[in-house]
This record gives sequence, C-alpha cells and structure tokens, in this order.
Amino acid sequence: MEEQMKDTAFDKSVIVKTYIKYAIIIGVLFAIYGIALLLIQRGILDSYTLRVVKTAGIFMIAAFGLNLILGYTGQLTMGHAAFMSIGAYGSAIMTQKFNMPYGVSLLVGILAAAILAALIGYPILRLKGDYLAICTLGFGEIVKVVIQNIDYVGGARGMTSIPVKTSLMTIFFCVALCFAIIKNLIHSSKGRAIMSVREDDIAAEAMGINPTKYKMISFVLGSAMAGLAGGLYAHFNTFIDPVTFNYAKSFDFITYVVLGGMGSVSGTVVGTAILVFLPESLRGLSEVFKENRMLIYAIMLVALMIFRPNGILGTKEITVKGIANWCKRIYAKITHKGDKTAKAGE
Amino acid sequence: MEQLLNVKNLTIKFGGLTAVNTVNMQIGDNNLVGLIGPNGAGKTTVFNMLTGVYKPTSGKIDFNGERIDGIKPYDITSKRIARTFQNIRLFKDLTVLQNVMVSFDFQAKTTLLGSIFHSPHQMKEEAKMKEEAMEYLKIMKLDDKADELAKNLPYGEQRRLEIARALAAKPKLLLLDEPAAGMNPQETAELTEMIRWIKEEFKISVLLIEHDMKLVMNVCEYIYVLSFGEIIASGVPEEIQKNPKVIEAYLGKGA
Repeated sequence: MEEQMKDTAFDKSVIVKTYIKYAIIIGVLFAIYGIALLLIQRGILDSYTLRVVKTAGIFMIAAFGLNLILGYTGQLTMGHAAFMSIGAYGSAIMTQKFNMPYGVSLLVGILAAAILAALIGYPILRLKGDYLAICTLGFGEIVKVVIQNIDYVGGARGMTSIPVKTSLMTIFFCVALCFAIIKNLIHSSKGRAIMSVREDDIAAEAMGINPTKYKMISFVLGSAMAGLAGGLYAHFNTFIDPVTFNYAKSFDFITYVVLGGMGSVSGTVVGTAILVFLPESLRGLSEVFKENRMLIYAIMLVALMIFRPNGILGTKEITVKGIANWCKRIYAKITHKGDKTAKAGE
Repeated sequence: MEQLLNVKNLTIKFGGLTAVNTVNMQIGDNNLVGLIGPNGAGKTTVFNMLTGVYKPTSGKIDFNGERIDGIKPYDITSKRIARTFQNIRLFKDLTVLQNVMVSFDFQAKTTLLGSIFHSPHQMKEEAKMKEEAMEYLKIMKLDDKADELAKNLPYGEQRRLEIARALAAKPKLLLLDEPAAGMNPQETAELTEMIRWIKEEFKISVLLIEHDMKLVMNVCEYIYVLSFGEIIASGVPEEIQKNPKVIEAYLGKGA
C-alpha cells in the first residue's frame, strides 16, 4: 500500500488548466466591470442605483465572512457587525487622523478585526450553539458601547467627513477576491476539515482534526472579511457611528446568509443582492407598496423560508457547468414539446 | 515482550460510579482481539478512554512505546489509532469521498495559505488524496457511490464507510465499535471476511466490540470479557466459550 501511495502519477496539465481557468475568470470579471462602466457612462445606471449596488457589494463581503463561520463551520455568531465596525473605525482613523494611503488603512481595518477575533475567539469558541450565540451577541454590544465612549473617534456622534475613496472597482474586485478565497478554501483539505467540524465534531476529532483550531481559522478569516467590509463602508458612506453596527446589522447578515443558503457562496451573493435590492425596488412602486415597504419585505422573507427552508440555493452552487446543463434541459424540453405538437398535428 | 497496546489498571469513575475498574489489556502487532460483555459492561467506555474522549481517573495506556492516556483524541489519531462509532457518526452532508478525505487532513502538508490560493503543491496533494481515498472506497466496495451524500447511503454501507474513513487515517490499531450492529446475517458474514482481510492486508491490529458471537468467535484470536467494568475472563475463543464465569455473566447463575 505504502509504495502505491508514494508514486501516484500526477498530471501537470491539471495545474496549467487551473491557471488558464483563473485567467479566464479574471478576464470575465474585467469584462463585467467594463460593461458596468459603460452602463454608467450611458446613464443607464444612475447614481442612486449605483449606490445600492455598492452597498450590496460591501454587505456581500461581510456576508461571505459570516457564511464561512455560520454556513461552513456551523458556529452561530450574532456579533458579526461588531467586526465590521472595528474594521470601519480602524481604517477611518488611519485615513482621517494619520493620513495613511487607502490601501494601508483597509489593511489596518482587516488586521484589527482579525486580531480581535483571535483574542475573543480563543475563549468563546469552546462554547456551542445558543451559548456561543448569546456570547457573541453580548460581545457585539460591548464593542458598540465602548466605541460610544471613546471621544477620540467621536463617541456616540460617530465619525464624520471620512474621505470618499471606495470606488466601484475596489468593491467589485474585493467581492471577487473574497468569493475566490472562500471557494478555494472550501475545496481544499482544510475546507473539508472545517465542514467536518460542522457535521460532527466528535467524529472529526477521532479523525485527527483539532476542532478548536479550525473553528479559529474560520472565525478569524470570516471576521477579517467583515473588517474589510467595514473599511470599504467607512470610505463609501463618509459617516460611521456605533449604532450602524449594532445587533440589528448582525441579524441582517444572518438573514442574507440563511436566505441565500448556508454553505453556498453563490447563495450568499444571491441572498444579499435580493435583500438589499428588494426594499429599494419596492420604493419605486405605487403608494400602497411604498408605505408598507418593510411589511412586504417581512412577508416575502417568511414566504421564502416556508417554501425554501434551506435557503434559495441550499448548499448548491451556481456554476458555469450547472447553467449549461440547465439550458440544455430547457432546450431539450422545448424541442421535445415541439415533437409532441408535431405528432399531435399528424 | 513489546506490545503494541498495553493497558494497565485502567479505571474511570463518573461521580460515585466506577464504570471501568482496573482493566488490564495487551494487544500485540497484527492481532485481532475482541472485547465482549453484557450491555452496560463498560466496553464503549474503554474505547473512549483509548481514543482520548474520556480521561481515565487512574491507570496507564501505552501505545507503541508512548504513553497516550489523557491526551486529546486528535493527537491520539495522529499516533495511529483510529476508530468507528457504535452509533454511526458520519459527516452526513459531505459526500462519501469527502468523508474519507477528511482523514487525510492531519497527514497533509499544505499550509492554510496554500489551501486558499490553491498552490501547485496543494493541487498535487489534493489529486493524490483523491486517488488514495478512492482506493479505500474500492476496498470497502463503495467506489461507485463516491459522489453521493453519506446520509443517503443504506445502513450497511454507512457502516462500511466508517471503516473506510478510519482506515484512511492509516492506523496501526483499528478500534471497531459494534461494526455488525443492525446488519443481516449475509452482511455480517461479508463483514467478517472483510475484517480478517483488512488485518492481513494492512498488517494492523484490530480491537472490536461486538455482540454477534458468531462473528467474534469466528475472527478473534483473543478475547477479553468485560462485566460491570471488570475483566472477568480472557483467552482464546474456545476457552471463553467454556468459561463458567462468562456464561454466568451472560445468562445468570445456574444456567
């Protein structure tokens, strides 16, 4: 058996193929970005819509992080927005008070969130289920109250006139990067270890996996993404205050992830996009809809959860192959129907 | 003689209850040993101490010349003891292949960064893991179900998948907790052959808990009998079958 394992032939072309795939994906991303720019130039995407798109993108990044913690690792945390606020304040301080370049300030925001996550994660990730949820909820509130009492960052008044630096380009490629990071991580040995902890931590331990270690990895990585989202948000909104990142925001993220499907990265994209656009699009409708906007939003959420309890995508992913297969099936159906009608005609 | 596993005076107390009392056991290289006893005798508790789930109150466990009692389950696995569970514990929402591949993680060398950016080394290792995992699935006759979710397998196949997953951890000692539970006689017969074959093919030792006496007497080279937390008898199958203490423990006095 041993000998067999040492010399498994490995096709080098797999590596080349993967890099070609990456190149194509990057090309497609630039193309999409180009189209978006064109739409803006032509005035089809007005500044209001653009703002909604940007917001959705930023929240998507934070939701990716939460999906890693909640969907893939199975740890229910309710203080995700707190890490976003750490990232937002951290990077805003850097640009506003120290005149640091934008990139550095984002990095500081990410690091601050990650370090805090590591410090808090070590003791609390031993807790399970609802205990962890309550603990993180409390942590989120602590962060809020602490920031409210620091005069250096404006206390409860918040920080104002943060320079606008977040462009559509930055958001777009940060979303793509975070998407790729999670996708790649999940499709690796470490990713399987993370999911095995979600499935059954006792069995995972018996298979040589240290559950605490993998919970920490996903918690820190997920929180770092929230930190990045925070930094982007601060330099997009130009104003941040502690209440923006309270528990309600954390629940928003949980809703995005659960609605899209826990354990599906593309599900998070879909879930966040729908839930950010839905309330906004209802605004444009008639008077009745406008007034009861949030009510309709709530009803839609309830309906979705009844009909798709696992979220819109469940644990499935949207892939090019999947779309191709789907198109083929539809095509087959249409042609098949065509045959039938033709026969009926005879 | 140098033994693979050497258990000395193993005791565990839960509050006032002594669940396992001064158990002594030895397992040599490439041995097939059975651990039997009536319900509630403490067999699974012994397993849980061997695999680090419980920390023994007193006593000593030596494995391969190293003391392993009280260390974490994942560290014990990396010292090459693997197990299956009495109540199946598969990673239900992962595929059959992924279930087996989880066992390779502690043996893998790719770093976290390599995993995130899919470095060439990671891709190479991943391909190797996949190939190896398929080998184990082939042994357990599950290779045609590699992409199915573990929860969708029928019961007997779930049991086999647990064994495949444990084997993938490349153990020197394999602990099987009631591998034949819930199997029909034909499946049990196949499993009996499979256990014997695994022991010969991989040159490992196997310790199994089982209630199916036909299986135990058939494959085990040596048997320990546990009753109320104590070893009441040990010996080759023929001795155990005739031992009055064992008969008493199973059937009661005067039987």
